[in-house]
Amino acid sequence: MPKDSGIGASSKRREDIRFLTGTGQYTDDINVHGQAHVYFLRSDIAHGKINKIDTAAASAMPGVVRIFTGADFEGIGGLPCGWQVTDRFGEVMKEPAHPVLAQGKVRHVGDPICAVVADTLEQAKDAAEAIELDITELPAVVDMKKALAAGSAKVHDDLADNLCYDWGFVEDNRDAVDQAIKNAAHVTTLELVNNRLVANPMEPRVAVGDYNRANDESTLYTTSQNPHVIRLLMGAFVLGIPEHKLRVVAPDVGGGFGTKIFHYAEEAFCTFAARQINRAVKWTSSRSEAFMSDAHGRDHVTKIELALDADNNFTAVRTETYANMGAYLSTFASSVPTWLHGTLMAGNYKTPLIYVNVKAVFTNTVPVDAYRGAGRPEATFQLERVIDKAARELGVDPIALRRQNFITQFPYATPVALEYDTGDYEATMAKLEEIADLSGFEARRKASEAKGKLRGLGVNCYIEACGIAPSNLVGQLGARAGLYDAATVRVNATGSISVMVGAHSHGQGHETAFPQVVAEMLGIDESMIDIVHGDSSKIPFGMGTYGSRSIAVCGSAMVRATEKIINKAKKIASHLLEASEADIELKGGQFSVKGTDKSCAWGDVTLAAYVPHNYPLEDIEPGLEETAFYDPANFTYPSGAYACEVEVDPDTGKVTVERFSAADDFGNVINPMIVTGQVHGGIGQGIGQALLENCAYDENGQLLSASYMDYAMPRASDVPFYAVDHSCQTPCTHNPLGVKGCGEAGAIGSPPAVVNAVIDALQSGGHTHVTHIDMPVSPSRVWAAMNG
Amino acid sequence: MYNFDFEKPSTIADAVAALAADEAQALGGGQTLIPTLKQRLASPSKLVSLTGIAEMKGVCKNDDGSLSIGGATNHATVASEAAAAYPALAALAANIGDPAVRNRGTIGGSVANNDPAACYPSAVLASGATVVTNAREIAADDYFQGMFTTALDEGEIITSVRFPVPQAANYQKFEQPASRFAMVGVFVAKYADGVRVAVTGASEEGVFRWSEAEAALSANFSADAIDGLSVSADGMINDLHGSGAYRAHLVKVMTKRAVAAC
Repeated sequence: MPKDSGIGASSKRREDIRFLTGTGQYTDDINVHGQAHVYFLRSDIAHGKINKIDTAAASAMPGVVRIFTGADFEGIGGLPCGWQVTDRFGEVMKEPAHPVLAQGKVRHVGDPICAVVADTLEQAKDAAEAIELDITELPAVVDMKKALAAGSAKVHDDLADNLCYDWGFVEDNRDAVDQAIKNAAHVTTLELVNNRLVANPMEPRVAVGDYNRANDESTLYTTSQNPHVIRLLMGAFVLGIPEHKLRVVAPDVGGGFGTKIFHYAEEAFCTFAARQINRAVKWTSSRSEAFMSDAHGRDHVTKIELALDADNNFTAVRTETYANMGAYLSTFASSVPTWLHGTLMAGNYKTPLIYVNVKAVFTNTVPVDAYRGAGRPEATFQLERVIDKAARELGVDPIALRRQNFITQFPYATPVALEYDTGDYEATMAKLEEIADLSGFEARRKASEAKGKLRGLGVNCYIEACGIAPSNLVGQLGARAGLYDAATVRVNATGSISVMVGAHSHGQGHETAFPQVVAEMLGIDESMIDIVHGDSSKIPFGMGTYGSRSIAVCGSAMVRATEKIINKAKKIASHLLEASEADIELKGGQFSVKGTDKSCAWGDVTLAAYVPHNYPLEDIEPGLEETAFYDPANFTYPSGAYACEVEVDPDTGKVTVERFSAADDFGNVINPMIVTGQVHGGIGQGIGQALLENCAYDENGQLLSASYMDYAMPRASDVPFYAVDHSCQTPCTHNPLGVKGCGEAGAIGSPPAVVNAVIDALQSGGHTHVTHIDMPVSPSRVWAAMNG
Repeated sequence: MYNFDFEKPSTIADAVAALAADEAQALGGGQTLIPTLKQRLASPSKLVSLTGIAEMKGVCKNDDGSLSIGGATNHATVASEAAAAYPALAALAANIGDPAVRNRGTIGGSVANNDPAACYPSAVLASGATVVTNAREIAADDYFQGMFTTALDEGEIITSVRFPVPQAANYQKFEQPASRFAMVGVFVAKYADGVRVAVTGASEEGVFRWSEAEAALSANFSADAIDGLSVSADGMINDLHGSGAYRAHLVKVMTKRAVAAC
């Protein structure tokens, strides 16, 4: 019997009422009295030396308040990187300056050169056209391998070359892995590209900087997934504004997908400029600007080798990846191809020896950073593709090969530093076989063949590390921030509750799911509880939302704070009921004395806390408000098995996804409907990466896919109805809710299933020479592969 | 967008007069022009909207059986009102863009712009239609003169397009994955005096007739008739979405499918 409230209930998303009726309050809806508007004049070339910027004529144009250039930011900090990676040789990564506005050189198409502040946006645009730029174009660095070749142009003149770091993990395993591959009965090798993506949240980025001269306070309204992280980075590292004079507000945010984690130049500019001109400054990104200024995702070029013994047991994995950083290091760029990627290379398998090499490369392209999954999709894709290729080379069933190599004992320490606490990969695979009706595949293939189509089945597993992350561990690995989270539970006099959380909801449904937990714990109605998030002046110092961490980390803080509330409330109840505290029970919103019929209501206790007439003031303080900070003991490890069936039109190469099934283990589930929605969205993005999305540059560093005319987003007709199941649940052992997180799974688990299915379809049609096609598996690429 | 003057005349004569101004620009449904203006890529002194001219709107059947469509008629109207008389043309219109585009964009705007990936030019050319302007009548074979280039003079307005209705016709569009414009679109129309095949999306020269296929299909109107033919990749568009060779291949595939669907 499904529950109708509390943990496990599919409560309807209360936030959707405002989202679906146009009453959300997004950053662009915020207008400050007297605000000016800024237009950023951006580089239209990939690489160039700035000789001169003449703003004299432009500054005299109607409505212009002030035109800023890089010179205005001399002596002011650049945008910081939040993670310092140490390379194979013990050297720290190269960390070039990332100025708010370009200084000396422009380094990618979209690099901001000037910021024109005017009374209206149109006036700012008019003035921008009157700015005279003298820029000498330099050779563009685009291809990563060429970027590392001797004699390449350099993105940053003060560095020796374009290498950010050459990372090896686990470096001590390097020789043993080489040896194992040399001695293997079989080695499967796969070279592949993990395509560069543009996140494309529905709401483009916006920043409004405001300044109050009366109290020297700055406020930044911004489209962020983590307002406190922005306050920390911008306040401490860029502008030097102390926390108590800097408020960061991220109101309703229309999708993030990672790209709104980072601290961007436009945020720092609007905050800085407002202080300079003593007037609010607003910027709203156009969609065209978003393509060339939002951090991109993925962009790895990888060679992976899988070694097997004569019995088809995995004996070693060796990978070499070139990871594109773009022109500058975005906030968490350095961590994505390393600690969020290399540590995942064990996957669901007991491979004893693993070595991961990553060369991070600067190029004259938009910075690359975390995008839904962040490193884990890249790891999963290469591993699950090479396993499929190995099965085909060995003539064994790809599911059986996976099963044979599954990790079955938990906890399990991988050779790449993680300790999986729980999991049951056999259970999710068995569930997948059931919901995907794999036994019916051959009949469906015959039906497709009768229509002249090739049908393929692709299956894969995935594991991810979520609930990011234990602060002491990530600190050792180079993180420059703690990754705990925080919650304050404020019980009001009449019993209603506001929960101030460090997590930020930008589509995830926190406003519905978080109250379900508190309601369950207190036995009161969900409608009595609201979440407050997104405003650094209202919430405790939490670290925001990314890495599928909100319920696992912030939710755990909320549980701890609620436990403190219950403890105090029981003390108050014991006073009111004149009973021993040990005998007080809280159930269904009623405090009762064990073994008696004496009870009082939740509201009696909360009222007493704020109207303490009859109250144990000598023992406890009045009021009922508690805060907890929670730092996780380990990552969480969601896992699952996915299956995709495609049809390929042999005449055109067009691929259609006919069926998609996902069996996930997210541990305990708070709101199954929201979890299902998260998986749907993730699979949609994964299918988008696999079949459609391609952020492409030409050899001059011009962005070819700079709008929706050339960048293909997945649409409803590109995806099938999904079969999604999350009934396999091995609860997380180290957080109080037993939850693992579900936000990224769909995007991590789905691309290999799609590509495996396409290869299977082509193989079944006799195209046995086709063993891999790089994403996006577009019609033209499939046709070229078939006819190659 | 730069400032411009705006006029919305109600007669063709007033529109012609308004377009006589220096740097004046006719505005149909604005599905190409408005985004261009928003990106500051054009700066007309004046926009002359044609959508208020009643005599340029609607679909009607002429005495000789041909179908006339007013230049300011939007795609959604063609999709519904031409469905009985010329179903292949209506189906083409029904699959241009999305509902918002179809309820704003006009046939006159599309044909005047002559985007190399637009759908309508293939129907006009394959039908041997006549482009009727305020000044003259232009045969389709004379009208399309390469990518974004037509026989229209400065200030000349397409008031209607007149389509001879074929015995059978079909349009097959292979969509570019991002824009969903035609990566290759083939319109096949069979008339008593022969078959016409027009291809959009594929060529750097814009819409063109595939004459070898026309000859083969005029002799034997079946998909098999063009089995032995092939299209050269020379001059085909080669971009992010596909090579010239791929587009050339698709021309044949889409032609066969169009014939089979007739």
